[in-house]
Amino acid sequence: MTTAEAMMSNHNKFIVSHAPFWHDGSSITERSYHIMIAALPAVLFGIVQYGLPAIAVVAFSVSCAIFWELAMNFVTKRSLTIGDGNAALIGLLFAMLVPATLPWWAVLTGTFVAVIIGKQIFGGIGSNAFNPVVLAIAILMVSWKDLFDFDEALLNYDLEFTMLYPIAALKHFGPESIESFTAGDLLLGKQIGGIGATFGLGIILGGIYLIIRGFIRWEICLTFLLGVFAAAFIFNIYDGSRFAGPVFHILTGYTLIGAFFLATEDSSSPVNLIPMLVYGAGAGVLTVLIRNIGAHVDGVIYAILVMNLVNPLLDKIRPKAIGKVG
Amino acid sequence: MIKRSFFGLPKPRLEYKALPDKLPEPEEISCSGNVTLLLSTFPEQTDRTLSVKEGDKIKTGQKLFFTNDDAYIISSITGTVSSISSFTGDFGASYTAVSINISDYEEVDEQFELYTKTPSLDTARDFLACVPGNLPINLLINPEKPIKTIVISGCDNDLMVYTNQYIIKSDIDSIKSGIGILKNITGADDIIIVLPLGFKHEFGDIGARVSTVDTAYPAASPHLIMQNILGRIVPAEKSFEDLGVCFMTAEAAASVGRAFTSGKIPVKKTITVINKDETVKLAVAEIGTPVRDILSTLGITLNEKDRVILGGPMTGTAVYSDEHPIMPDTSAIMIQDSGNIPHVSDYPCINCGDCIRICPARIPISMLVRLLEAGQYEEAADQYDLYSCIECGLCSLVCVSKIPIFQYIKLAKYELGRMSIAEAPDDYSGGDDE
Repeated sequence: MTTAEAMMSNHNKFIVSHAPFWHDGSSITERSYHIMIAALPAVLFGIVQYGLPAIAVVAFSVSCAIFWELAMNFVTKRSLTIGDGNAALIGLLFAMLVPATLPWWAVLTGTFVAVIIGKQIFGGIGSNAFNPVVLAIAILMVSWKDLFDFDEALLNYDLEFTMLYPIAALKHFGPESIESFTAGDLLLGKQIGGIGATFGLGIILGGIYLIIRGFIRWEICLTFLLGVFAAAFIFNIYDGSRFAGPVFHILTGYTLIGAFFLATEDSSSPVNLIPMLVYGAGAGVLTVLIRNIGAHVDGVIYAILVMNLVNPLLDKIRPKAIGKVG
Repeated sequence: MIKRSFFGLPKPRLEYKALPDKLPEPEEISCSGNVTLLLSTFPEQTDRTLSVKEGDKIKTGQKLFFTNDDAYIISSITGTVSSISSFTGDFGASYTAVSINISDYEEVDEQFELYTKTPSLDTARDFLACVPGNLPINLLINPEKPIKTIVISGCDNDLMVYTNQYIIKSDIDSIKSGIGILKNITGADDIIIVLPLGFKHEFGDIGARVSTVDTAYPAASPHLIMQNILGRIVPAEKSFEDLGVCFMTAEAAASVGRAFTSGKIPVKKTITVINKDETVKLAVAEIGTPVRDILSTLGITLNEKDRVILGGPMTGTAVYSDEHPIMPDTSAIMIQDSGNIPHVSDYPCINCGDCIRICPARIPISMLVRLLEAGQYEEAADQYDLYSCIECGLCSLVCVSKIPIFQYIKLAKYELGRMSIAEAPDDYSGGDDE
């Protein structure tokens, strides 16, 4: 028997594959679930505040998102991907941005837009050009404007603080109308808004957790907040009677959830250092521009969409590889 | 296995294994029945005859070669040729496998000893091309690309491996004489010996500059040594020898020293053996010894669906049989238990950027891998720096989607290499492209 034959006729069959033979154990599932865990403080706060309707929206949204993903898996005859937790994450983030009284059909439609149009038709996870959740909210906002009128949506609630959606008040009635909101109150969630978007402290803690664990890129969050701060500061200095201060802008609307959970979505954000800084800062500045001189109440959604759009271009700014000439 | 740390913010730091303070005692492996020597061949070439045939008696140190080819192998034992067959290795590498049954007595071929009085490059070319540590003799003898600097690496090229560190510690005298001989025969004026940072040594002047590299993987990779110690960058389409630099392992330098001082061609390879529980042992075995013999001597049992790797965990090669012989460049054998084998997946890249942050060559891997998955190798090379890859494997290690990125890169380089050969058949000299 020759050596080659001896090698072939070996009793044990071994696993043969290419190097490296180690993996650090990270996975998409782990990533999705940790982002959801980080979002929990803000979500639970919203549930405590708005009660059963909030639970209903969160639960229905997560289930719908998973359902749409599953349906798409069957339609396209691809392997099941709901196990990676990404669809559930999309559902959760969607629920965090909407009022607790959002009708069921809007949740169904919104998650459809997020999962199918935002993610699956681009080719699934990793291929989406836009953040699916942000895209869904934008389409709902354009299609059914009133759904996102938080003052109207939450009319039947009377919690122990000013029942005004702060940035809407600012938009319509100017900075005097928001004097009753202190930074501390806003941080502790004493404001109305999306189910998981008002508890600033919880979102910040969740965001810091994700940064430390390396699940989101700190460059994007930090520059987003800096962009908001700087732009709002300049407006405020220019005309304090028309434009609110930077702290107000950071603590209201979707700014914090946008900085830590929306702008940082992997597929639609850059990975190189300079592009990340530009992307974050650009989204931050655009947010304030839209809020202060644009037509919309909150600019975070459109700011992130616009920056998603330029992301592929931005990410071309990259360091030169070793040995690359010219 | 190295797990992702709880804190994912800082870049992971993977340390090379340091030699323990108490020098490990290598296990002498006695070969049980036969050894197999692999002679690199070109399958296109058919009009050739091997210098030996089945049943021939072979002496230790005897050259086995094809009549019309420069390549040869040196028999590591005395015995009888039991079979000659062809064998295909990784990425279609083609070999002629010569199996030799060991006889009870040893007889040494004396041809080499006649030349040892005055060491010369020709002698090294004719006898030392497959000594333990794999002397890169083809690079040293190429008149078109004269070598000015020789870098002797006392570091090992993979995690968990300390073969070269052991050689430096245990046999610095051979390295010293090896350095002297290499200097003489090659005319290289600059010889650098590279050690891991913090490596304790007592040797004084050994005729070479001593430099140190960081202990974080992949600082000991030739590209990074080139950049950090020699202060030069190899353009992506060029090789080290184009810049007059030749890398070799400390073991190869020691082999040169041993060969000329003892008058015998060294045939015993030092190997780091990484067990399933990631404990590490050293073994010394003749080149050509089957992996099985080494494992059985060390008391390591193999089960179905385990993995047998020649080399370390990051850059080694998995083999499908424990009959696979030890080669001159086999620095380690690693065994993985079937339960500890991480699997790759067909998930797409999610653009998390972990690979980009860890890549020492600053390659836009997230973009590169998309092109490679689609088989667009030329575009990958043009736009996304395929040829800048220094082949450390870190991208695959950290990939959240578990994409076999490193495999895609190697495959792309291999396919592009084949394409360029197909396009320019006249340039195909059949030479070694390493």
